[in-house]
Amino acid sequence: MTLLSLGSGVVQASDELHVASQYQNAMGQIQNNAWLLVALPLLGAAVLLLGGRRTDRWGHWLAVALSWAAFVWGALLFFSLVGLEPEDRSRVVHLFDWVSAGSFKVDAGLLLDPLSVAFVLLVTFVGSLIHVYSVAYMEHDPDRRRFFAYLNLFVAAMLLLVLADSYLLLYVGWEGVGLASYLLIGFWNHNPTYAAAAKKAFIANRVGDVGLSLAIMGMFAAFGSVSFSDVLSSSEGASEGKLTFIGLMLLLGACGKSAQFPLQSWLGDAMAGPTPVSALIHAATMVTAGVYLVVRSGPIFEGAPNAQLCVVIVGAITLVYGAIVGCAKDDIKKALAASTMSQIGYMMLAAGLGPVGAAFAIFHLLTHGFFKAGMFLGAGSVMHGMNDSVDMRRYGRLSGAMKITWATFGLGWLAILGVPPFSGFWSKDKIIEAAFIGEGWRPWVFGSAALLGAGVTAFYMSRLFFMTFQGGSDNKRWPKDAHPHESPLLMTAPMMILAIGSAVLGLALGVSDGLVHWLEPVVGAHGEEEPVLPVAVLMTLTLALVALGVALAWRMYWQAKVPAVAPRGSLLTRAARRDLFQDDLNEALFMRPGQYLTRWLVYVDNRGVDGAVGGLAALVGGLGGRLRRVQTGLVRSYAASMLAGVVILLGGVLAVRI
Amino acid sequence: MNLVNWLYLSVLLFSIGAATVLVRRNAIIVFMGVELMLNATNLAFVTFARINGKVEGQVIALFVMLVAAAEVVVGLAIIFTIFRTRRSASVDDANLLKY
Repeated sequence: MTLLSLGSGVVQASDELHVASQYQNAMGQIQNNAWLLVALPLLGAAVLLLGGRRTDRWGHWLAVALSWAAFVWGALLFFSLVGLEPEDRSRVVHLFDWVSAGSFKVDAGLLLDPLSVAFVLLVTFVGSLIHVYSVAYMEHDPDRRRFFAYLNLFVAAMLLLVLADSYLLLYVGWEGVGLASYLLIGFWNHNPTYAAAAKKAFIANRVGDVGLSLAIMGMFAAFGSVSFSDVLSSSEGASEGKLTFIGLMLLLGACGKSAQFPLQSWLGDAMAGPTPVSALIHAATMVTAGVYLVVRSGPIFEGAPNAQLCVVIVGAITLVYGAIVGCAKDDIKKALAASTMSQIGYMMLAAGLGPVGAAFAIFHLLTHGFFKAGMFLGAGSVMHGMNDSVDMRRYGRLSGAMKITWATFGLGWLAILGVPPFSGFWSKDKIIEAAFIGEGWRPWVFGSAALLGAGVTAFYMSRLFFMTFQGGSDNKRWPKDAHPHESPLLMTAPMMILAIGSAVLGLALGVSDGLVHWLEPVVGAHGEEEPVLPVAVLMTLTLALVALGVALAWRMYWQAKVPAVAPRGSLLTRAARRDLFQDDLNEALFMRPGQYLTRWLVYVDNRGVDGAVGGLAALVGGLGGRLRRVQTGLVRSYAASMLAGVVILLGGVLAVRI
Repeated sequence: MNLVNWLYLSVLLFSIGAATVLVRRNAIIVFMGVELMLNATNLAFVTFARINGKVEGQVIALFVMLVAAAEVVVGLAIIFTIFRTRRSASVDDANLLKY
């Protein structure tokens, strides 16, 4: 009897061992096949683009399915990492030898670690929801299939960007998302303004890309490798000058992609794209790639305090800049775009603070991805109900007509305000606290900027929310032919899911510092630094400023009647409407001189280079024409010239002799 | 007799030949001028051979005679053909190649 029970115990134990090894095997398989994440959406894009009109009827559902498939794979990856010890949660999956030229070797591989997997989950989940939303939003567009092909292309490129294990492979994804962004901003390219907006985004991104490519070249020159593991591990011993150069060039790249000062001018115009694009690319994912780059390159910035300071300054400037611009825009999408810029400024600031803030940068990035995407989808739903009008001055009191949109947008609004317990409170307050950590003047300047930004954010987001959804009965400023109505379920369902995320994601990830601990192996642990002001004081100050902002907006845009045509406004308002003269500045500083330069070069080419070539040809031709006369056809004259030649030669020989 | 005088004679003959080539129009006369120049050089070659006591000058003179004989054949044939087609032996009329 005892023997029997002993035997069964052994069998059970070996069974458990067997199950465990099977489990490990399955997890290993999931990680080894992480390339599927990139391949699935890429396959969708290829099928839709190559299949042409034949795929019109079912193409969008294929794209949706492949996007969700990528999400499922991403979730499996996440669980395969959760099962491991924190320090083992980093793995490079080698794909193939990519470049092998002399001493320069780059392998294409995917880096699976907590940071990249967090991004994968955000990109695939929000991306898939927006795919679903777009099915209804783009229903009446004859080119819906092309739209979905580009969306899938974007998801593939973005996943490649975050999963790459070297800067060079990241660069491929980086350019891929730039291309997808260009194609989608200019999706309605029959409208010249939209096509111009796409070009503007592309060119502004090129400026940043030059920085990124210079940074990669600098890495190769300094470390002889461009893979994350080599560069980041050898950056500790490198000289500060080299690291500063690489860091500043990385920052330039990040500024271009993330619409940070001074390369921020393209984001407002990028709103020309269909609204789901604005939600996915220009709010939730692509524009945050710069933050990812800075956080990923943390060790480089650690070794280059000056470059790090530049990151923080850029973030602080952009967060105030975006907030000011957001206060003046009447176009709902442009106001949201300015807000995106400002929020990414927060992330940049936090990323520049090093391990103290990097985890919160990613935290805010995730929560922002949810609530901003949700609000953009809400804006799309409003536009859908209001004949594609984007002018908030013609909205007003839409809460009754679009209850679901109103509620979901409201949750996003509470989240971005940082009202406890919604998402933004957990992530943005932490950034403000982190900004107040440090010595000397820095915490005061950057902390105040972040604090001020929170107040202004509350004002302009409340302005947007009240102008669109609230107001007294005299505030229905709708155009005569507008019949606002709620959008179909395919659109409202993603909005609801994102709204739930906006509400609880911060709580879920922040209450026990879950995300911070999850990211610790990548971004480093932050010590026990205390802000220069007590945390309670900071929190009270932030909430007071937020309340002030909301109250001001309530007074101006809910209580008072909002004019349907924008008043002239103060000097600051007018400047903010024009993006604080960013475009004028760019035109005066870069475009005009560039035009003069090209004109001058054309002149030099026409007159100088062409003139030299043409002149030489004319000279030879003319000379030939003259010399032709010598050929008279008279034999005797030829004989005479021969004789003369001989006489001259002989004379010459004689002269030399004597 | 001084051998240099032969050189003076050669120069004289060459000059006469060259002047004939330059001033006369009749192709036959021009041709005769050419022959005169060739023979003047032959004379110079032979004279130099004597002066230097070497045989090469005489050898070259023989070569020149040989080539001159061939040249006379070809040249006269050309002049004859031109005369037959253009009814003229004037070298000034044979100018078609200028075009």
